[in-house]
Amino acid sequence: MSETTLGGIAGRMPKFIRRADPAVLTAFACIVVLLLVGSLYSRSFLSPEYLLQQLKVASFLGVIATGMMLVILLGQIDLSVPWAVAAGAMMACAAAAYGPVGVALAIPFGVFCGVLIGVVNGIGVAYLRIPSMIITLATNAVAQGLMVVYTGGFSPQDSATGAMRYLATGFTIPGVPNAVIIWALIGAAMVFVLTRTGFGRAVYGIGNRERAAYLSGVDTRGVVMIAFAVSGGLSAFGGVLLAGYASKAAQSMGDAYLLPSIAAVVLGGTSILGGRGSYLGTVAGVILITLLQSILSVLQMPEAGRQIIYGVVIVAMLLLYGRAPASR
Amino acid sequence: MKDWRYWLAEQRGTLLALGIFIVMFIIYTSNHPAGFTANVVQTAANKGVLLAFVAMAQTLVVLTAGIDLSVGMIFLLTNCLASWLVVGTPMQTALGVIAVLAVGLLCGAINGAIVIYGRLQPIVATIATGAVFYGIGLLLRPFPGGSVNEDLADALTGRVFGVVPASVVVLLAVVLIVWVPFSRSVLGRAARAAGSSETAAYMSGVPIRRGKFAAYTLAGLLAAIGGLFLTFFTYTGEAAYASGNAYTLFSIAAVVLGGVSLFGGKGSAIGAIFGALAFRTIGDLLFVFDFDPLWQPLFQGVILLVAVSLGAFALFRVRNRLEWFL
Repeated sequence: MSETTLGGIAGRMPKFIRRADPAVLTAFACIVVLLLVGSLYSRSFLSPEYLLQQLKVASFLGVIATGMMLVILLGQIDLSVPWAVAAGAMMACAAAAYGPVGVALAIPFGVFCGVLIGVVNGIGVAYLRIPSMIITLATNAVAQGLMVVYTGGFSPQDSATGAMRYLATGFTIPGVPNAVIIWALIGAAMVFVLTRTGFGRAVYGIGNRERAAYLSGVDTRGVVMIAFAVSGGLSAFGGVLLAGYASKAAQSMGDAYLLPSIAAVVLGGTSILGGRGSYLGTVAGVILITLLQSILSVLQMPEAGRQIIYGVVIVAMLLLYGRAPASR
Repeated sequence: MKDWRYWLAEQRGTLLALGIFIVMFIIYTSNHPAGFTANVVQTAANKGVLLAFVAMAQTLVVLTAGIDLSVGMIFLLTNCLASWLVVGTPMQTALGVIAVLAVGLLCGAINGAIVIYGRLQPIVATIATGAVFYGIGLLLRPFPGGSVNEDLADALTGRVFGVVPASVVVLLAVVLIVWVPFSRSVLGRAARAAGSSETAAYMSGVPIRRGKFAAYTLAGLLAAIGGLFLTFFTYTGEAAYASGNAYTLFSIAAVVLGGVSLFGGKGSAIGAIFGALAFRTIGDLLFVFDFDPLWQPLFQGVILLVAVSLGAFALFRVRNRLEWFL
């Protein structure tokens, strides 16, 4: 009886709300609350300029979180993001120092380095069966070591190419920053891959139960390998965009993206155990994190306070809807 | 009957780590310009013991098939706290030490509560709590500074009878006071059983929750002891993000080198201690061979990568391919 009543209430709601994941709705509700809180503090929070600026900042995190989401959907994690971002940025800037050919190949070369890091992760996880958090920590350390040797421990002097700056800060369509367009394109591609291709189905399948996926004839190791390579490449591409935004690469520029990218994916309702989650949730998570960062910096919260609030918010949200089933 | 064989099989990882450490240390001291002197040993011990404490902390959690990515941050936080509290008269210093250790226990207990009673994944939960611990450390010490009771610091980082490094004596004491009783207690066995097979342990009525909680809490305590020692060595407190991350990373490397299985249930903190000492010695080998220090991060990263890849040899023993996916 109660079921029909519930169904009756839900039936009156629009279809897209009925089908939506409660976690995604919570994330969007939090975004609205943050915007309202911000607008109490300053009117400019609701102005189109401010919101576009936030979207532009969010798009860097969005690109990185897209790769992270793919890996988390598999039930794995990619902790090599910090130095994949830095390596992508540094190598793209480094290539730019080698004449016109280098300038033309700067962006592909940066992304290629990220893919290489991802491929090492993928081999470790898929073929050597090393736990992903361990092997990605190790490749992160190796990437850091390589970059330290290359740069001599200082921020490299090479600067970003015109193309990188154009991608990160230019406008192709008046009023819409290029970075936002790029994020939209990558996001659309990811939605297509996840929902309309066999690869996407395999990703969800492996995340739910790798044994079952394997027995169904899916090349699970190949899928895992590709997912890690894509994650590394997208991290590096995020780094390329960041280098374009700041005109140059810097040591430890990626450190600020590990926790936010995981948090964005998890806050968007993707299960950390894999197999469940939608890209819309990740978009919501990315915007949520960016707004939170923006409000904390508008309030002139010091770095220490930001770290504490981050950690507490993530644990609190996870306790709300990220818990594992009880053992019995 | 063949008791020694079982003992040998159980301690294989530990003995291997001890062997690696001894070989590396011989190479290190024989190439060191000063040779095998009390001074060289003392410096090496002081550096190694810091990592050894953090590695012991990591071992306790890894034994339960979890991971604590916040150990480095607890280590930093307690370092910052100690640079405020461990000063003044002997009485004040003693209270300060107790307070620092209590904070370490509390941090570990928070991790344990979130992971066990909150049922969150240890990776994400400890990354998040690590951010909180780092934030608190940064609040305590926005800039490097502070001081410590130098008499105590010098006593604990000096030498006993002019030969034995005092830090090694403290490490031994901690092993005897914390690790040995824990590993022999019901809770310690429960933690290990939970790491070996949680379902089987649960079915056998083993107190897995209390055991795991004890492991996380004691890990906080051990990380705090490490933080105290860092303060004794540097006389200051500093909340350096990179340093905290490095200690977390190195603790995992030490645990792997020390023969502790990352899948839980297998290994001992003593192995992790030798793993930590071996890792430190390997890292310092670059200096005695006059390499540019710039190569050290890469060298340590490669050691870590090789160490974790060695676990892949177990794949050759897999008869049924489905066992890949456990």
